[in-house]
Amino acid sequence: MKYTEALERYQHKINSVSSEEMVLNLGPQHPSTHGVLRLELITDGEIVKEVIPHLGYLHRCFEKHAEALNYGQIIPFTDRMDYMASMNNNHAFVMGVEKMLGIEDKIPKRVEYIRVLVCELNRIASHLIAIGTYGIDIGAFTPFLWCFRDREHIMNMLEWTSGARMLYNYIWVGGLFYDVPVGFEERCIEFVKYFKPKMKELNELLTENQIFISRTANVGVLPLDVAINYGCSGPMLRGSGLKYDLRREDEYSVYPELDFEIPYAKGEIGTVGDCWNRYKVRVDEIEESLKIIEQCAVKLQHEHKRTPDFDPRALVPKKVVPKQQDFYCRAENPKGEIGFYFIADGKSDKPFRVKSRGPSFNNLSVISEISKGVLIADLVAIIGSIDIVLGEVDR
Amino acid sequence: MTFTEIKELIIQKFGPDSIEAEETQGLQPALVIKKDHIVEVCLMLRDNENTWFDFLSSLSGIDYGVEAQKFGVVYHLSSILKKHQLVLKVYQQNDRDEQNLPTFKSVTSVWKTADWHEREAFDLLGIYFEGHPDLRRILLPDDWEGYPLRKDYKTAEQYHNIKIDM
Repeated sequence: MKYTEALERYQHKINSVSSEEMVLNLGPQHPSTHGVLRLELITDGEIVKEVIPHLGYLHRCFEKHAEALNYGQIIPFTDRMDYMASMNNNHAFVMGVEKMLGIEDKIPKRVEYIRVLVCELNRIASHLIAIGTYGIDIGAFTPFLWCFRDREHIMNMLEWTSGARMLYNYIWVGGLFYDVPVGFEERCIEFVKYFKPKMKELNELLTENQIFISRTANVGVLPLDVAINYGCSGPMLRGSGLKYDLRREDEYSVYPELDFEIPYAKGEIGTVGDCWNRYKVRVDEIEESLKIIEQCAVKLQHEHKRTPDFDPRALVPKKVVPKQQDFYCRAENPKGEIGFYFIADGKSDKPFRVKSRGPSFNNLSVISEISKGVLIADLVAIIGSIDIVLGEVDR
Repeated sequence: MTFTEIKELIIQKFGPDSIEAEETQGLQPALVIKKDHIVEVCLMLRDNENTWFDFLSSLSGIDYGVEAQKFGVVYHLSSILKKHQLVLKVYQQNDRDEQNLPTFKSVTSVWKTADWHEREAFDLLGIYFEGHPDLRRILLPDDWEGYPLRKDYKTAEQYHNIKIDM
């Protein structure tokens, strides 16, 4: 039967490993796999000869759910895809629906600035998790606690705005759930002031730490052409030395009005494309996000000030019925390019089909390629440097 | 390169028969490619120095419904260097028999991104990709029956003696 041929081939391969080799399961309940990912390793001593990833332990059939719900109801489901960066998922999804409706130019500037502000806060929170847990993977415990302490500030701020700590459902089609609370802009500026020295401390503790460098530099080198061919995006792609960020490529939302740089790997330590460089890109991105937050907060205080008659829900449609069309919308998530492909039938307020392209899903697919012949301990360093969220790999 | 220029380039290389239709009513125009030509067209679009579609953003399998009896695959290409995007589509009629899955050619040889995306389409929609190196289920267990994203999918009553509650 040709439909089960590949399965039989795989089973045959596992059953017939030679006597020097061993099949080792890493996960699904292993802390270094950052969730429920199972990696089946064919090892020769401590050398990994082949990695076979097994996904789907967290599969909730997002796409099937989306076909049964209307557009507004799908937003909470996108929260649960990449639950480390729910705001960014909301933003990408909402942007796609707004473009289909043709209302993307009518969104008030204040709404757009708030969206970007909360997205960048969430981006920092996501990168802090990536950095903190990466420290733990390598064996450093303190950075983890420091990162979580600072992430907690962001969680509290976003809770103040949206009412939820992680899964916000804050950005809506046509607007926002609520305006930001009074005093939020000031608190953002305060946070930036507090956080900048903390980043310096973190760099001294981890980024320039000789043990950390020895464990990550020149490990798991991902050449640029391989990264592009595998569809890697975000810090994975920039870690391989390409200055490519959809916030600048597509110039969506108010990003063209903001001043920030795109960090990419230059190979100060190790080689371009290794684990250290991928990690460094995230650290640098935090600095850039802080710049964006500062600018957004100032804009929200002055140019796009809160007015008594400002209603962030003014443009939220009662019923979202896009014209018959299909549309692919992409945006920059902390992990890379998140995309939603919609097919609208023009009659109902439910999409005919939604396909989501998750950045982690594509970034993870490169793992068998870059971990051939590495040590098992290095494999842990490689998984951590990819920064996957299983909620979005499995959807 | 504009959409029309790319279309002309494909016609020039593979003849007018290689494009079945074009869908230009939406915001993103799409080319419907004859399904036997898809691999060559993709390879040419990737390697041609004017198009340079080196990045496959997304590959989606689509079930167009029980009445339409039609399955499709949509390719979203994008070029990092040239900063343009393109949508390609392939269609096939199929009677939804699970012993006779809709079959397309695999583009894994062009972009490795397609590897997992095609496995996903196979897993959830039952679309078979000829020439794929390792077409196993990816998100669902290997012994799952049926293809959940098909429009006529019925949830099984139980899985390994575990009752499936709806």
